[in-house]
Amino acid sequence: MSDETHSRLIKGATADWEVVVGLEVHAQVTSRAKLFSGASTAFGGEPNTHVSLVDAAMPGMLPVINRECVAQAVRTGLGLKAKINLRSSFDRKNYFYPDLPQGYQISQYKSPIVGEGEIQVDLTPDHSIRVGIERLHLEQDAGKSLHDQSATMSFVDLNRSGVGLMEIVSKPDMRSADEAKAYVGKLRTIMRYIGSCDGDMEKGSLRADVNVSVRLPGAPLGTRCEIKNVNSIRFIGQAIDAEARRQIAILEDGGAIVQETRLFDPSRGETRSMRSKEEAHDYRYFPDPDLLPLELDEEFVAALATELPELPDAKKARFMADYGLNAYDSAILVADKETANYFEAAARFEGVARDAKAVANWIMGDISAFANAHGVGVAEAGLGAGALAALVDLISEGTISGKIAKDVLAMLLGPDKGADPRELVKARGLNQVSDAGAIERAVDAVIAANAAKAEQAKAKPGMLGWFVGQVMKSTGGKANPQAVSDALKAKLGLL
Amino acid sequence: MTDLTALTLAEARDALKSRTLSSVELTEAHLSAIERAPGLNAFVAVTADHAMERARASDARLASGEAGPLEGLPIGVKDLYATRGVHTQACSHILDGFKPPYESTVTANLWRDGAVMLGKLNMDEFAMGSSNETSYYGPVASPWLPPNWSAERARAALGGDKRGLLTPGGSSGGSASAVAAKLCLAATASDTGGSIRQPAAFTGTVGIKPTYGRCSRYGMVAFASSLDQAGPIARTVRDAAIMLRTMAGADPKDSTCADSPVPDYEAAVGRSARGLTIGVPREYRMDGMSGEIEALWTRGAEWLRAAGARIVDVSLPHTRYALPAYYIVAPAEASSNLARYDGVRYGLREPGADITDLYENTRAKGFGAEVRRRLMIGTYVLSAGYYDAYYVRAQKIRTLIKRDFEAVFAAGVDAILTPATPSAAFGIGEKGSADPVEMYLNDVFTVTVNMAGLPGLAAPAGLSAEGLPLALQLIGRPFDEETLFTLGEAIEQSAGRMRLPDPWWA
Amino acid sequence: MSVDHTAVRRIAHLARIAVSEAEVPHLQGEINAILAFVAELDAVDVEGVEPMTSVIPMKLPMREDIVTDGEIEPLILANAPLSEDGFFLVPKVVE
Repeated sequence: MSDETHSRLIKGATADWEVVVGLEVHAQVTSRAKLFSGASTAFGGEPNTHVSLVDAAMPGMLPVINRECVAQAVRTGLGLKAKINLRSSFDRKNYFYPDLPQGYQISQYKSPIVGEGEIQVDLTPDHSIRVGIERLHLEQDAGKSLHDQSATMSFVDLNRSGVGLMEIVSKPDMRSADEAKAYVGKLRTIMRYIGSCDGDMEKGSLRADVNVSVRLPGAPLGTRCEIKNVNSIRFIGQAIDAEARRQIAILEDGGAIVQETRLFDPSRGETRSMRSKEEAHDYRYFPDPDLLPLELDEEFVAALATELPELPDAKKARFMADYGLNAYDSAILVADKETANYFEAAARFEGVARDAKAVANWIMGDISAFANAHGVGVAEAGLGAGALAALVDLISEGTISGKIAKDVLAMLLGPDKGADPRELVKARGLNQVSDAGAIERAVDAVIAANAAKAEQAKAKPGMLGWFVGQVMKSTGGKANPQAVSDALKAKLGLL
Repeated sequence: MTDLTALTLAEARDALKSRTLSSVELTEAHLSAIERAPGLNAFVAVTADHAMERARASDARLASGEAGPLEGLPIGVKDLYATRGVHTQACSHILDGFKPPYESTVTANLWRDGAVMLGKLNMDEFAMGSSNETSYYGPVASPWLPPNWSAERARAALGGDKRGLLTPGGSSGGSASAVAAKLCLAATASDTGGSIRQPAAFTGTVGIKPTYGRCSRYGMVAFASSLDQAGPIARTVRDAAIMLRTMAGADPKDSTCADSPVPDYEAAVGRSARGLTIGVPREYRMDGMSGEIEALWTRGAEWLRAAGARIVDVSLPHTRYALPAYYIVAPAEASSNLARYDGVRYGLREPGADITDLYENTRAKGFGAEVRRRLMIGTYVLSAGYYDAYYVRAQKIRTLIKRDFEAVFAAGVDAILTPATPSAAFGIGEKGSADPVEMYLNDVFTVTVNMAGLPGLAAPAGLSAEGLPLALQLIGRPFDEETLFTLGEAIEQSAGRMRLPDPWWA
Repeated sequence: MSVDHTAVRRIAHLARIAVSEAEVPHLQGEINAILAFVAELDAVDVEGVEPMTSVIPMKLPMREDIVTDGEIEPLILANAPLSEDGFFLVPKVVE
């Protein structure tokens, strides 16, 4: 067994166990109107205002499918390198619940719109795994019940009822919480690139049902439990760990796992069985007679394929090839499409290629720090791509030092937002001093003021750094540090 | 006053157009007729004020030459059509008090063309029934007197439990009774397994279930989605054609509604039947078929031959399986369609300790026995372990049934002639109490047509030995209702216009 | 095939229709009568036959992605047996 596999095993009391994870991710389709009705999908809103007669399941109401939702499912399928099923059909999943007004959910059981595919999940910049996709299908989301408004009554809001969902079912290919988290992260990134789901887990745009089982390495698959409706990537990881521990404890005690549906309780860090109903759900799936089979033609799919944006894997490979970036930097830049676009715009601003690594470093460092602190994306931080390009150019031209550049950045992100970096540098007199004469004078002054130390420097070359610092201070940081260092070395006799 | 209600829809239309009659007069006459017939129980809601308002508006349009095809004509509407602000309960207790804030497409079409709504018509609860005896509002009496009954005896029964009086058939019993009793010029009805054609047959009126997808189902309380279809019941073939032209048409709000233009059906009435080929399917000659019905069927074929059509024997081998297959497919779809009646958003709500209790109590109280029966069967045949054996198998047999028809039509047959019902109308309380299946057998000739999605027309063809109406059924190619109207007219001409009963109930 | 007492109770619960103990035998009889009636379908050879998916040959129509509906909360709640502040009210559901 490879070291990698060995390191993913969970240490139990009596053995090392392998955890097997499969995920069913529910992603809300980005569209204006709902899957089968013309009501708005907008989040929030007063209760029951984004509800049509169809959503409220009034007598005689009928579903009519939204073309954009179909397109979004196909686009996502293409992004998952999956088989697009030109013929698919809709089934009713029948059960009673107050947030399910029809008494059934329109879903796809037998013939989903998208078949098998796979995604590449980067665990580290150099190591990725392939996670298989079983299928993707379209279905209606349910409404919401609020249970905390009253002691005796639940409050039902159907705004979300009927919003389109893509259910993406993975193969049970994941072997750790980290792999599962990375999978969801990658899936989310792909859908955000495509624009088919905004991936906002806080708003509930993305939820996961996590299937967990454990086994001794090499043994057949164990009985799995399903942890429903986990709504953050962090909780997905915690839930997997908690459930694996629970199952291992039972098995090591000689017990057996009962196949059941569970919920993750983040406050306790454990999963618990859902309130049991007397019978497991018998959903009585059958083809929805109000909807004919969905038949797509090749042209429809081909047109969507041509419109598909460059996806993260391809973009990462291209960044590495075209910009000479390493896997680590590329991975960070492509994690968000807007950030990647921002990088490229700056790296090639006005058709001029510049030091891509430098651009990347600014983005990944200072700009990201600022953006995160303000809760915005890198591209919305306030520094235009052109300004970033100019900043990088100013450094490479030697007009300012890297240190001064940091100060300039702070100005451009703050009080001087929108200013032209070159103008700003000029106006504030921040130009780096590179004139040999000026530098020599500054160096001479510092050596003269510190004659004793200058003597010691000959024997202790490490003191060069102190001298450089003093010269930089005396020039207000504007001296070209490299030139200062060279001059000092010469004058101190360190060459 | 009764003279006005004796007019056919076409005659009334022409009289209104020529201004020899006003819609107000016509509507008043029908409202009076309704007032004199409460015992028939055909109407569950009468919209008198609304009707008069619409009549006045129609008269204005007739005067200014802006008349629509049904301008000013008083119509009855089956209770399962959503009519904005008006009682719409599919005659079920579970929809108690429901007044929809929307209109069905079929009725919207009627009002668009100027028709006047007299009110909502009684029906079997959720369209489940063949005698209108399952309605929450009680049974409907046919205006036809039971054989050998005197008018006095009938009136007495009318005021009581109606036992012994004739059923008008179902589920569109109210529609058929009202049209036959001349309480309205025509009525909207619906047909899932025969619910237009069988009541039409029982009451001596004309009913057509068009091709599946011809009319929109939007706003019709759904029973079985792949079988339900809207259609008219009227006194003559021409009247039915006029009604269907308005009722039919594309509707983007119904994904199963065909987007094809509606022909002028009235133009097909009176066309020659010469050159048409009529198939007579041997499998419809069932064991124990009454000699009377068989003779009627033969006579019908003769009429059509005399009218210039060619009669051929055909075979529809899977005919006998249609009824059992229907009683799997229809209840299955219904069990899902009626899940929304749960006491949460509209209609009846019974108290419950928790949500499950609320559901179970509401639905037990709200649904009648027949509905409950069918929901249970439907739930069962979809449930785990039984789905393949029942539902899938029935849907496969459905494919076979449809193929039978396709083969016959492909061989050059234009329409198929069969009896409409195995018997004339029976008495209220006479059937079904011991064995539910007994009632289901009423649909044996009609159910095949729904299973195959084809159009079917029932036309009165004569009287039984006891003087009760009997009808023949014509089954057509998909979207060829025109041929049915042509042939229906030929039968009507040959049989002579059915003389509807004089009012004994007033 | 036929149903027994337990099956009747299970079906009734699946269908969310309360059935009293007294009603079960009668319902059982009715359901079994219907099942007996449909039993003759077992004899039909359905080998290689596809189940009917649509009665008429039609393509599933698709609608444009425009918001054409909603903002009718009063109509949605107009027939509600119990509502408050724009919500439908039901006895508390515990998950």
